[in-house]
Amino acid sequence: MSPEAGIPAGYYLLLAAALFSIGVVGVLVRRNMIVIFMCIELMLNAVNLTFVAFSRINGNLEGQVLSFFVMVVAAAEVTVGLALVVNLFRLRASIDADDADRLKL
Amino acid sequence: MTTVLAQIVWAQTVLAQAVDAEVVGATGSGAAEFWVFWIMAPLSLAAAVAVVVLKNPVHAALMLVLNFFTFAVFYAILQGQFLATIQIIVYAGAIMILFLFVLMLLGVDQDAATGPSRLKGQRIAAILMGSALFIALTAAVAGPFMGTDSACNTSEPVLSEIIDQGEQARPCLGLEAANADGSTDAEGFSTAEDVGGGNVEQIGFLLFGKYVWPFEVTSVLLVVAAIGAMVLGKRKDNLADLTDVGVADPPGVPHELVVAGRGPALEAGQPPVDDESPGDDPIGGDPFTDVAAGQGPVRDDPLDDGPLDTPPGDEGSRQ
Repeated sequence: MSPEAGIPAGYYLLLAAALFSIGVVGVLVRRNMIVIFMCIELMLNAVNLTFVAFSRINGNLEGQVLSFFVMVVAAAEVTVGLALVVNLFRLRASIDADDADRLKL
Repeated sequence: MTTVLAQIVWAQTVLAQAVDAEVVGATGSGAAEFWVFWIMAPLSLAAAVAVVVLKNPVHAALMLVLNFFTFAVFYAILQGQFLATIQIIVYAGAIMILFLFVLMLLGVDQDAATGPSRLKGQRIAAILMGSALFIALTAAVAGPFMGTDSACNTSEPVLSEIIDQGEQARPCLGLEAANADGSTDAEGFSTAEDVGGGNVEQIGFLLFGKYVWPFEVTSVLLVVAAIGAMVLGKRKDNLADLTDVGVADPPGVPHELVVAGRGPALEAGQPPVDDESPGDDPIGGDPFTDVAAGQGPVRDDPLDDGPLDTPPGDEGSRQ
């Protein structure tokens, strides 16, 4: 594969799939709730990369617009999610996801 | 599959026009994209693995910032200049600062996970399932576009490859045309009016034209999220908040337990927050404690507590 031929668009999709899978493994393996949130951000970004790559394949900017909306939703999700984590930390003095196993204090 | 051939012919025409108009070249040649990708992709993967592997959450957050910067580079070489900028401003700037702020606020620099996980074999199972997901995604999403005919540039070998493969080719149309003179539909023909400009103008045209309704709904979403965060962040024990004059909770003890008098602060003999003597209180007296004892109406602001509407019972305690 010569540098002059460029990068086939599938390589970006492959990279995005790898990053998404790493995010999934992180959500399943880690127990620190903030790190779990970071892995969710990683997955959202991987999906965005897929959108942008397909946007280029199709010569159509709508994928980038959809990626923009994903970023907005991610920002809202982080805001509410971190507020929940702070609340849970006040109740349990821990952000270990395994400690949040009861609905009452 | 005649649409594919039509796409190729159209793409070549547009590319020829674009070369004439000198709008190609802002994205670089195929060789530049090649080297940027092969430098940035391992960096991105390594940073992502580090987020999962590193024990210290602060280190994981910094690795995630690095990962977001590599994403911005990918967006830039994928001809999404607007998204590359937004990625750095919103993700690497705002969202990661929020993460680090919460990490520092809670003081959880060390990993919270101590002791074995409650599920046996969870780690192995997670890695196996993640690998299976990666294989499935590769086969389903990336597979059809792995050939050299899917490269997005104007180089001769790619065009000849596309022509050689004929109807089997999966060409990458590129965004030169869409960024230059309007959006295109699935067949690659212009659907929007020619508004000129570049990537930012075209995305703005889409956002405030075809997608103006989703755009407005996202504004509602952001307002709801902001209000939700404020409601969730508000402490439930208003009384303790209003009378808190700087006595910190003992480390590692939840605020609610301290307020309820169940924390170790009481056992150690320290006075709880609510029981300060009136002489020590800078406000003088404590109308909110009286409120809690059912001796007066609930007030939100001590400044509203004027002498005209102060009940007689409060007068003595204010001296």
